[in-house]
Amino acid sequence: MTRPMLTIFQTSGLRPIHPVHALLLAFTAPMCLGALLSDIAYASTYQIQWANFAAWLIMGALVGGGFALLWALISALRERAARSRRQLVYALLLLAMWIVSFVNALVHAKDAWAAMPAGLWLSLTATVFALLASWIGFSGLRAGDLK
Amino acid sequence: MKRRSFLLSGGAALTVTACGANPPEPEYGADPTLPDPERGLLPSMVVSRPTAWGDATPTVPNGYAVSAIASELAIPRQTLVLPNGDILVAEGSGGGAPALRPKDLIANLIKSQGKSAVKGGDRLTLLRDADGDGVYEMRGVFADELNAPYGLALIGETLYVANQDELVRFSYRPGQTQANGAPERVAALPSAINHHWTKALTASPDGRFLYVGIGSNSNITERGMEAEVDRAMIWEIDAQSGAHRPFATGLRNPTAMTFRPGTNELWTVVNERDEFGPNLVPDYLTAVRDGGFYGWPYAYWGQNTDPRVRPQDPEMVARSIRPDYALGSHVAALGVAFSSPAMGGAFAEGVFVGEHGSWNRSVPVGYKVVFIPFRNGRPAGDPIDFATGFLDNGRARGRPVGVTLDPRGALLVADDLSNTIWRITPTVGS
Repeated sequence: MTRPMLTIFQTSGLRPIHPVHALLLAFTAPMCLGALLSDIAYASTYQIQWANFAAWLIMGALVGGGFALLWALISALRERAARSRRQLVYALLLLAMWIVSFVNALVHAKDAWAAMPAGLWLSLTATVFALLASWIGFSGLRAGDLK
Repeated sequence: MKRRSFLLSGGAALTVTACGANPPEPEYGADPTLPDPERGLLPSMVVSRPTAWGDATPTVPNGYAVSAIASELAIPRQTLVLPNGDILVAEGSGGGAPALRPKDLIANLIKSQGKSAVKGGDRLTLLRDADGDGVYEMRGVFADELNAPYGLALIGETLYVANQDELVRFSYRPGQTQANGAPERVAALPSAINHHWTKALTASPDGRFLYVGIGSNSNITERGMEAEVDRAMIWEIDAQSGAHRPFATGLRNPTAMTFRPGTNELWTVVNERDEFGPNLVPDYLTAVRDGGFYGWPYAYWGQNTDPRVRPQDPEMVARSIRPDYALGSHVAALGVAFSSPAMGGAFAEGVFVGEHGSWNRSVPVGYKVVFIPFRNGRPAGDPIDFATGFLDNGRARGRPVGVTLDPRGALLVADDLSNTIWRITPTVGS
């Protein structure tokens, strides 16, 4: 029997993720959101510095989120037997955030307004993935008490 | 064929390309066909890695000979032939614009693969051929401790040098081989950021004015509009007072200028914008109109709007002058010189153009010196190859920069990759 999707967001009885993993995961949402806000600022002011900020924030999301993704993949592999669906969904969301952000980084490497409006929509998409991954990740990935 | 990755093709060229690998040849002339802009997820980048000339020399037309009159220079860019036949070579490497984005770091790294590892000399070297046999047996430093000197001009007994940040002058007596001392400043030149740092220079025929070519501070305003104040234009500077006014604007990177002999027409070659497709935007050769606006950044090749620029300016687009002659996109024209009957034959009437060569194209273009035939003072006909062989199986042996006519009947070509000055002469009696 498949469990309903709602259990993904059920936090009771889940153990928190490793502090270093949490630190890495903590990069993703603020970086993606920062890029999105910078893109909005560039689109509404045409001040190029906002586009530069966005490019670096996306780079930050790729680095922090990349290591979080690596952590998620490695632990999903190591704990194959006890792997939870939460772990899998979490890893997939991080992967989606990373791929969208990578494309977004290339788009933001275009000069001036050539990055727009595609860059803004990609930043928005990456932000949504990062928020979902953070929600699940920070709620805990696996059942069980801390040892 | 589509390639979508960093790859090292044959170990010779560093390639990043996302667009079609075999775009059609760029078009030339007064009325080139302009394709639609294109830019994949990655810009097309092919940087030709350097290789040595060895025993090879540039290929020149039948009836012409080529020799290296100076080698092991320190990044030679432009040359000036003095009245006694001596040659001054400006050597230097400027720029140093800060990387603002992750992209800048990566792009700079890739482009540096196609450049000489030698440090710019920041000096003027003087070459002399005392006995007129075409061998420049004497060589010395005329002046040093300059700041990326590029443009050179002589008015009477005053030598003007355009450093990357100021126009300076030396007094010069015929036959002098060394400057009397440090130069005197004539005028400060726009130098903040200096994305395009070269300051091209030429003097009006009457010697009253100097014209300085000042490149834009970005490809297409990606360093912000504020960075473009006093950029992408030609200044007219009063030779006596140093006072300046913009002579013509909207010229993205006017890298070399010269007056058509016997006239007051200022001609320039201009490097146009990148990351807009393999056959956009054509670099060009044009006579420059006083007060003219040539499009950058708002428009290209006349009144075609560049959508990458915000805020847009339809009024400026409407004002944009279409240049006279397209040299082909991405060829990177860095040198211009009018020919004379002393060059002989098919090359007596027209303009030589030094093409440094492309990076933003999956099939490289440029890397040669071409001749644009003229009739009645206007370009008439397709470019003719005058010196080729700078690119050999995807590797660059040299990259032409300045071209200068020696009135005795020779074309000087500065090669800033192999650090050589080439001299091309009609063979006597042929």
